[in-house]
Amino acid sequence: MGHDTAEWVFIGVVIAILVYVGVDSWIVQKEVEEVPADAETIKVTGQQWFWSFEHADGTKEISTLHLKKGHAYNFEIYSKDVMHSFNIPDWVVFEDAVPGHVNHAWFAPDQTGEFPIQCREYCGLLHYNMRGSLIVEDTP
Amino acid sequence: MVLELKKPRPVWQIMFSTHHTDVGLLYTITGLAFLFMAGVLAMMIRTHLFFPGQGVLISDSVTFNRIFTVHGLTMLFLFALPVANGVGNYLVPLMVRYKDMAYPKLNAIAFWMNPVGGVLLWLGFSDTSWVSYAPYSVIRAPGPAADMMIFGLKILGISSILSSINFVVTILKCKHPDLPLRKVPLFAWSMMTVSLMTIVAMPSYAAALIMLLTDRLGVSGFFNPSMGGDPIAYLHLFWFTFHPEVYIFLLPSIGMMYEIIPRFSRKPLFSQGSGVFAFVMLGLIGFASWGHHMYSTGMDFTTKVVFMIGTLAAVPASGMHVFNFLATMWGGRIKFAAPMKFAVGGIALFFSAGAGGVLNSAMPLDFISHGTYWVVGHMHLFLTGTIAFGFVGMVYYMFPLITGRMYSEKLANIHFIGMLWGSVQVFYTQHLLGLEGMPRRIYDYPAEYTSWTQLNQIATIGAWILGASFVAFLINLIYYSAKGKEANMDDPFGLGGKYYYPHQAKNPHHIGY
Repeated sequence: MGHDTAEWVFIGVVIAILVYVGVDSWIVQKEVEEVPADAETIKVTGQQWFWSFEHADGTKEISTLHLKKGHAYNFEIYSKDVMHSFNIPDWVVFEDAVPGHVNHAWFAPDQTGEFPIQCREYCGLLHYNMRGSLIVEDTP
Repeated sequence: MVLELKKPRPVWQIMFSTHHTDVGLLYTITGLAFLFMAGVLAMMIRTHLFFPGQGVLISDSVTFNRIFTVHGLTMLFLFALPVANGVGNYLVPLMVRYKDMAYPKLNAIAFWMNPVGGVLLWLGFSDTSWVSYAPYSVIRAPGPAADMMIFGLKILGISSILSSINFVVTILKCKHPDLPLRKVPLFAWSMMTVSLMTIVAMPSYAAALIMLLTDRLGVSGFFNPSMGGDPIAYLHLFWFTFHPEVYIFLLPSIGMMYEIIPRFSRKPLFSQGSGVFAFVMLGLIGFASWGHHMYSTGMDFTTKVVFMIGTLAAVPASGMHVFNFLATMWGGRIKFAAPMKFAVGGIALFFSAGAGGVLNSAMPLDFISHGTYWVVGHMHLFLTGTIAFGFVGMVYYMFPLITGRMYSEKLANIHFIGMLWGSVQVFYTQHLLGLEGMPRRIYDYPAEYTSWTQLNQIATIGAWILGASFVAFLINLIYYSAKGKEANMDDPFGLGGKYYYPHQAKNPHHIGY
């Protein structure tokens, strides 16, 4: 009934775009998941409804996290009760905190300033207010 | 002919009937009623988010959480599924040329489980969010609400399995022997695809619900890490049902567009074969992509890649549908009556929703959009932009068949413009909100984030336009079904020729008409 060539060309173009998207995201994701060897580990624990942090040297912080510019950090993400999602939107740090699992996310801030930290997985009553802040300082 | 309002019957006769048109009418009316109820909840959510930090309309977060949960559950299980079954009940037996559905009594039972499930969901008013992820819904969600939701969903799940069995048997076994399967109209093909998908997909969620219930009762620990369980198991069971379910919601609406577009383009369909192929492909590939809802749960790289490929593979088949629609309209003498407007608007929004979906499935981009308002905008573009558009178009198309009268084209026009304008304004803006980092399902946001405030206000105004357009729909449905002009039943839309074939339906209760 119809003209088949046009449809094949259309499908071909769509598949070409999809292959490009797929290959490119494979390359980017591979790069993003490579954690630098000198990354400092920070334990992040989510619980209803705040974040707590533990640095490699044992100092603990609640809700506010102080980090240094130019260092790489590897977050170890835990949850004490229900599922949360650790998220620093400005740095695209995003990984779920799942009870019984340890998840990882890493980043290396190259700018100083104050950035919001939030929970991005629904976790109940005060989910909307499970916020903190990241302060990146320029100390050597 | 089926003329429910020109030849009035006592309401009990419709309610206790097992005839496919009566059950179809019940499904359609129930679905529409729940659409308006859940729509009111949506308006409350959007109005509340207009001003940050002031508790407008909804003064505490528990109520807000309950409202978005019930809004989601109602739109999915009590609107999208029943209306597909409603239109399917009307048209599938006609399309396969059989006197009724294969099991009429089972059909009526499957329908009557819907109001029961709906009552449980609405009386419970759970706060678990519609996905009810495990540790929260097991250890934190309050009291009888979550249990009532589990029972309600259980009943609705059984209902959808029963009606699926009915559709599969009707199409495969009761089809007229002179009608080869490949020539069965595409709407019936879409109903058969989604019915087979439901039968395969639904049991996994049914199991998950039972496991949730026993976990809540404390007799098991399937999802409780301290008892050796794993919350991720719930996500797998849940999304194994609900990614295919996305297509189960979507395909009937695509099938409705296949019903409308060739008729109003006054041209034969471009290709029956590619439509059938695309339905079958989507039915199979729909099962290969559930993991893309779980990229951020700590999934390893290889698994993510596999699910990304599975997700992208669904795009060419969806593209084939869009191509088929465009090629059918190409060079046709198109009549833009209300059904055609909604179908074409639905295709445009379907295309934009699909393009956004490609971005979601790309792994690095998903870490930006996942769990934000981007996702809210994305899936509403499918649910409102495609599913509701297709269904509303179909309601206008079947309006003369059901009532024997014509709707007001002027009001339908207002409805169409408001719905298209509103959908674009609210859902595109929500995509932008997601890129700004706003998480979904939040009761309130800091007022000092001015970009969030502005975008939320734009989205809310869009939602009001969208909501207001449904007032025009309601007037059309109520006033014009009783007082509208009598329709010319052979050709109600003035397309010339007998394009309108639902008029072949014969309801035994209309003897003597």
